[in-house]
Amino acid sequence: MFFPISGVHINPLLLGLLGLVIGVLGGFFGVGGSFLSGPSLFSLGMPYNFVVGTDLIHIVGKSIVAARQHRILGNIDLKLAMVMVIGTLVGSETGVDAIEALKHSGDVNLVVGVTAIVVFTVISLFGAWESWQALRKSGATPPSADGSKKDVLAFDRLAKVFQGVALAPRISLRQSGIARISIWSIVLVSYVGGFFSGFLGGGAGYIRMPAMVYLLGIPTHIAVGTDLFEIIISAGYGSIRHAMNGNVDILVALVMHTGAAVGAQVGARLTQYFSGPWIRLAFAPLPLIGAIMVANALITGHH
Amino acid sequence: MKESIKKAVRYLFFGLGIYAVLAALYFVAVLRFLGPWLNWLFHEQRPYYVVASILIMVGQAVGLERLLTALGYFVWRGKK
Repeated sequence: MFFPISGVHINPLLLGLLGLVIGVLGGFFGVGGSFLSGPSLFSLGMPYNFVVGTDLIHIVGKSIVAARQHRILGNIDLKLAMVMVIGTLVGSETGVDAIEALKHSGDVNLVVGVTAIVVFTVISLFGAWESWQALRKSGATPPSADGSKKDVLAFDRLAKVFQGVALAPRISLRQSGIARISIWSIVLVSYVGGFFSGFLGGGAGYIRMPAMVYLLGIPTHIAVGTDLFEIIISAGYGSIRHAMNGNVDILVALVMHTGAAVGAQVGARLTQYFSGPWIRLAFAPLPLIGAIMVANALITGHH
Repeated sequence: MKESIKKAVRYLFFGLGIYAVLAALYFVAVLRFLGPWLNWLFHEQRPYYVVASILIMVGQAVGLERLLTALGYFVWRGKK
């Protein structure tokens, strides 16, 4: 099928299938899935500038479907999401500025690539270790089938530090089970996620979701749902910017979204059958896949 | 037990089949009627293209979510 806006011929079935896979990942883990959809769209023949913008607007649509499902399941903390949006947007702008500064002063691809590999690998290894310890701690070997949201964290020292920051204003996050937390702790964590989003591209859910769990102490199910809600706003903002610059092919995004909508619902519904540590353990390999893809791009020279 | 699983899978595929047909029809309509207009907006009226893109994506997301929920309900009823 010919898509006149980006001027490419792509099989719509492949687009739908790609959307389906990314939708399941997004609904289940609360991530945008750019680490997979970006390279896939590029390999289907789409110019890279269109890949970034088209992927972002498709993420908006997919996240609406998944977030609605998580809302029904009670997995979204709206107050937390609203505060996080501020940090994410500011951080994203800083990340983009950092890229622009690097373009003038050095080898941007090498710096971004090495940073991505280190960050992804650390998150992946730490996530695998922590969730495994949490599973042993809770003695929960089989996945919970009763929809229980009981979450166990094996490493909560950082969360205690962030929750203990006494800077005003402090808010309560009833949905997340946190009595008092400084807004600045939330803004800082979301700023870091936003920075990596602008610096490394994509929605950076692979950083924000674990950061919410390990740094803020948000239960995994709530972190997944809230991250998706936050992605709607931050990816929406990114989509508008990219669309203004002519980097969005809405027709490709709409085709992808038909598959993603099914996947997002399936992924979101699946979360109710797994406990927090199981979701985190299943999530752990994803950033590592991203690290391998970046390393491959650096070695082969395909950016 | 086995019979109920078979029935659920049958209804699931039936639901997905209906979804696939509706999605395909929707795309033929979108590409046929909106494709040239969106292409023209992209090249000639970029700000309107941005607004139209966001609105269409949000509209499709809400519409598909409703459709999938309705089909899911249908599958669930079939399972029972």
